[in-house]
Amino acid sequence: MVDNNSPNKFIPYLREDRLPHIFCAGCGNGTIINAFLKGMENAGMDFDNIAMVSGIGCSSRIPGYMKCDSLHTTHGRALSFATGLKVSNPNLDVVVFTGDGDAASIGGNHLIHAARKNVNLTVICINNNIYGMTGGQISPTSPKESFATTAPYGSKDYPFKLAELVATAGATYSARWTTLQVENLIGSIKKGFENDGFSFIEVVSQCPTYYGRKNKIRTPTAMALTMKNNTIFKFEADKMKEKDIIGKIVVGEFVNKQHPEYSDNIQKLSKENFGDNTLINSAYEVLK
Amino acid sequence: MEVVKISEKFFIQGNEACAKGALKAGCRLFAGYPITPSTEIAESLARDLPKVGGSFIQMEDEIASAGAIIGGSWGGTKSMTATSGPGFSLMQENIGYAFITETPIVLIDVQRGSPSTGQPTMAAQGDMMQARWGSHGDYEPIALSPSSVQEFFDFTIQAFNLSEKYRTPVFVMADEVIGHMREKIIIKDDIEIIPRIMPNKDESYLPFKNIENGTNPMPSFGEGFDIHVTGLTHDEKGYPDTNDPITHTKLVKRLCDKVLNNKDDICSIEAEDTEDADIVVISYGAPVRSVITAVKKAQKEGKKVGYIKINTPWPFPDKQIKKLASNAKEIIVVEMNLGQIYYEVDRIMKCQANIHLMGGIGGLLPNPDEILDKINKIGGI
Repeated sequence: MVDNNSPNKFIPYLREDRLPHIFCAGCGNGTIINAFLKGMENAGMDFDNIAMVSGIGCSSRIPGYMKCDSLHTTHGRALSFATGLKVSNPNLDVVVFTGDGDAASIGGNHLIHAARKNVNLTVICINNNIYGMTGGQISPTSPKESFATTAPYGSKDYPFKLAELVATAGATYSARWTTLQVENLIGSIKKGFENDGFSFIEVVSQCPTYYGRKNKIRTPTAMALTMKNNTIFKFEADKMKEKDIIGKIVVGEFVNKQHPEYSDNIQKLSKENFGDNTLINSAYEVLK
Repeated sequence: MEVVKISEKFFIQGNEACAKGALKAGCRLFAGYPITPSTEIAESLARDLPKVGGSFIQMEDEIASAGAIIGGSWGGTKSMTATSGPGFSLMQENIGYAFITETPIVLIDVQRGSPSTGQPTMAAQGDMMQARWGSHGDYEPIALSPSSVQEFFDFTIQAFNLSEKYRTPVFVMADEVIGHMREKIIIKDDIEIIPRIMPNKDESYLPFKNIENGTNPMPSFGEGFDIHVTGLTHDEKGYPDTNDPITHTKLVKRLCDKVLNNKDDICSIEAEDTEDADIVVISYGAPVRSVITAVKKAQKEGKKVGYIKINTPWPFPDKQIKKLASNAKEIIVVEMNLGQIYYEVDRIMKCQANIHLMGGIGGLLPNPDEILDKINKIGGI
């Protein structure tokens, strides 16, 4: 239950008994939590009806601080748990917090399939280009030649473009912003809630503790400046040659369309073929 | 004589009976991935769940299937998946998650020849220890092994009941023979179904409280409990507390004890003529069928032999077996692997009897005559 008389606007949404949180100084998670809650309010959501699901990693710890039902699951699998939860109780507004390693490496298969099925989930993917929780290893979004504890000579891998990948896989809303475009981010989170389908909001974020240290961008401010200087808008990128975009953070919306949602389709299938023939619908009832 | 009220009779396949049992138990969400020889369970539920307002979802793999039914269960719906050995292996991490978060789910494993892809269309019981120890860490699983189509129906219902009663994952360890065999089943109209209990919404409610009997009532998401569910070691409130040895010990011991302290309620075995038998044959699942035939033949030949049929391999019914086989000098364990439950029997009975393994792999049900030969050989010493 949210108490609107609290001195800080967003404190009532948090589990105060769990504070202080575990995030490092300068981490982007705080900005993203603020933007998330603002976007949620702007969309007119009922916070008591929100359920959060997450995997493993720094970003996945966010739901543990939110005063709502929250399922902190296994590494990479949040979207499959969230799919089951949404189908089980389609009335819930299900939000997923995940990261680049969680969603795109170990959970890559679940990511493209949840997008393909257009499950009505609002997914916030915090992409800090590194594994933070385990101490700074290379991730599937780490830029080529960036350094990490498992890439001591610079990464030779090519990074994923998550917002584009998910749009291609079938998501009905996909956007990318950095922690510096807070207003755009709030707008996309609002749109994500309003979209009746799979909404993916990638937030490129700073990890000064590991990414910054390993890549000699040592302060949160220096990281923010580097991100800012590297960012181009999608409408600009669309006019540029592919080789000129390499290493840039392209921000904007990648898809925004309407098409029927997964849990709705399942309910419709039952209703249209068999009517309202529900004998029981919950684990708490017994068949008479 | 008990008068059984029969509401329905069917002549169906084991896998179809399992699906019927799930529906009867109140399962309204199935998430799965096609795998031989379990696929007919998914196919039956894809057809029948929409008829009762339930949801069938085909996931991208077995890891996702296990995840989806855990999510489904926290959404307030009885949820199940079905698979075979390779899929069961993929599910193990999420199975551990279900244990530590005390999520009631039912997993059906229609076992086939293994390891690896092995023999997809042949029977085996090679996953018995995977059911016991497959996920990492300490936990006490509940598993049932059906030996007929009727039992596949009954035990699937029983699995749901136990999973709700003890807030824990429950396995039904079937095999290809039982999954694909066709037999008559009778559905009685007075089957007990255990519903989930919604906790009272007061300030003192703790979802993971260290209570005497170990099992707390379970809320579902969206009911205003603001519950936090995590696979990390958690306190009674559900909040992560990963560095305190006492929190971890208390939690894991409670999860184990809620099964171990209720073995009298959970364990189920059936036995015949074991009291004064020199030889006792112990088996579970499909091989029980051959064991019964062999034991009857041996008895006709004058042998003092009886059998024990284990319905619940996990938790292992050691107390019951010790009691029933107390006079046996020789014990034969018949199973379709190279020795799994044999080692459990050996562990509890080796001080008082000679334990013989009759384990077979390759995919065929043991022949009653082979078992009879073994009985005669051992009895002839």
